[in-house]
Amino acid sequence: MTIGRDEVEHVARLARLRLTDEERERFTAQLAAILDYVRKLNEIDTAGVEPTAHVLPLRNVTRPDEVRPSLEREGVLRLAPRADDGFIMVPRVIE
Amino acid sequence: MSDPSAAAYEAVIGLEVHVHLKTRSKVFCGCPASFGAPPNTNVCPVCLGLPGSLPVLNEAALRSALLAGLMLGCRIAPFSKFDRKNYFYPDLPKNYQISQYDLPLCAGGGLEIEADGRRRRIGITRVHLEEDAGRLVHTEGGAGGSGVDFNRTGVPLLEIVSEPELRGPEEAVAYLKELRRTLRYIGVSDCDMEKGSLRCDANVSIRPRGAAALGVKVEVKNMNSFRAVGKALAHEIERQARALAEGERIARETRLWEAEAGVTRPMRGKEEAHDYRYFPDPDLVPVVPAAALVEELRASLPEPPLRRRDRFADRYGLPAYDAEVLTAERETADYFEACVAAGAEPKAASNLIMGEMLRLLKEAGIPIREAKVAPAGIAELTRLVAAGEVSGTAAKEVFAEMFAAGRGAEEIVRARGLAQLSDEGELERVVGEVLRANPQSAADYRAGKAKALGFIVGRVMKATKGRANPGLVNKILKKALG
Repeated sequence: MTIGRDEVEHVARLARLRLTDEERERFTAQLAAILDYVRKLNEIDTAGVEPTAHVLPLRNVTRPDEVRPSLEREGVLRLAPRADDGFIMVPRVIE
Repeated sequence: MSDPSAAAYEAVIGLEVHVHLKTRSKVFCGCPASFGAPPNTNVCPVCLGLPGSLPVLNEAALRSALLAGLMLGCRIAPFSKFDRKNYFYPDLPKNYQISQYDLPLCAGGGLEIEADGRRRRIGITRVHLEEDAGRLVHTEGGAGGSGVDFNRTGVPLLEIVSEPELRGPEEAVAYLKELRRTLRYIGVSDCDMEKGSLRCDANVSIRPRGAAALGVKVEVKNMNSFRAVGKALAHEIERQARALAEGERIARETRLWEAEAGVTRPMRGKEEAHDYRYFPDPDLVPVVPAAALVEELRASLPEPPLRRRDRFADRYGLPAYDAEVLTAERETADYFEACVAAGAEPKAASNLIMGEMLRLLKEAGIPIREAKVAPAGIAELTRLVAAGEVSGTAAKEVFAEMFAAGRGAEEIVRARGLAQLSDEGELERVVGEVLRANPQSAADYRAGKAKALGFIVGRVMKATKGRANPGLVNKILKKALG
């Protein structure tokens, strides 16, 4: 199975990327090559091997339920392109 | 349902419920998880998804999630992990929500409900832990645009998914209410729909009555109260039945309940977002719940509300209504049992708690644990009433003062002269006076007008400021008039 132009278009849309025709051609070829390379993993027999959920051999890392200081609001709002009355403003979302 | 087309179909409903867990801090960072702070004041690099920040799981949120799972009869996963659910929306600063996909913390439980007087167990598919998204505020006209408040981002959420086993709006509402009661019993959430700490989405389909195959599933969102859930589901079932009866096909879609119009309407946009591309969150390590922790939590589980209701009716001989009211909240049920343990007669204690106590608590806006009346005080008062030392009317007055001042029943009765008059000699004297002052009424009664007796009793009560023992007054009167 190799990746087609429709899939590249779909993935680009999910990632909110607008591709030119030239880019779509180029990325289709590149992504196909990457997938081919990764497909090498399929040659390994993984019968009886536990799926890896995390590369670190750690489990149950938690923190106590304690409140720590939050950021100062003015600084937070400065990170946003637009803010108003304590809110971060975005283009109107129609529900 | 009156519509004949609806009667030909049966509804299949599954509910997806989200509740806020009552923790001090958020699920993956130390920001306060509190409700109602000024916008964007409870935020930090972790919940804003700023580069380089790392989430760490809140221990209390994990415990609450496990406790809820156990209370709902679920299996606790021996191995669980967090996944990223990827989509773009302005309320989601990281562009992914930390959730759980294929290995939820808890699965395979159930909840017993009562609807239309019948008991049924509704299966619970899974219970998992995730983070909430932010809050969007849409201002009307003017500046345009939507405001984003990230205070809610990262507040711990429990997602509880039922099996599609609910057969109608009544069962769905009963399930929701029972779930709310149950989660409040273990104290993991306030489950307040008005404050958004309990939210509910529904999957609704219909099929010809008796058919095995499921119909096309429609997701209904934006139901903001128990009433709204009932109305939205009833409307949606009817809409689907009418569409099928007219030969239309049901579209698989998400619809929003519009309370004012009383209809569901297809939700625009966001459809494409259903490709969530879940993958394990590399920032969070897996959870392997320790057997000792699970057993500790299991041992701490309270009796479920519905079972407690049954026991209250059986063991204390209470009417079904009393049992339901008393067990609606765990604190009230505990209080009632403490009263009985202190020696109160169950029905008398139930009357006082359901009547005066709950009314005064509501007026004062405090929970029962802050009431100044100790269970021993209720026991004392019910004993005084049973012994005929205080009349039922005076008991209410005594209780009000116990509630306000926290003083003992006997003390109040003595101080305010509310003791019931059960001294026969004294009562005979009062009755004599009343009869002399109202000779016409006495004559009326003797002439066969039974109603006249009530008037005379009323006069005796007035003369004794309501303290006269009514049974005794009747006895003495009948003797005097007989």
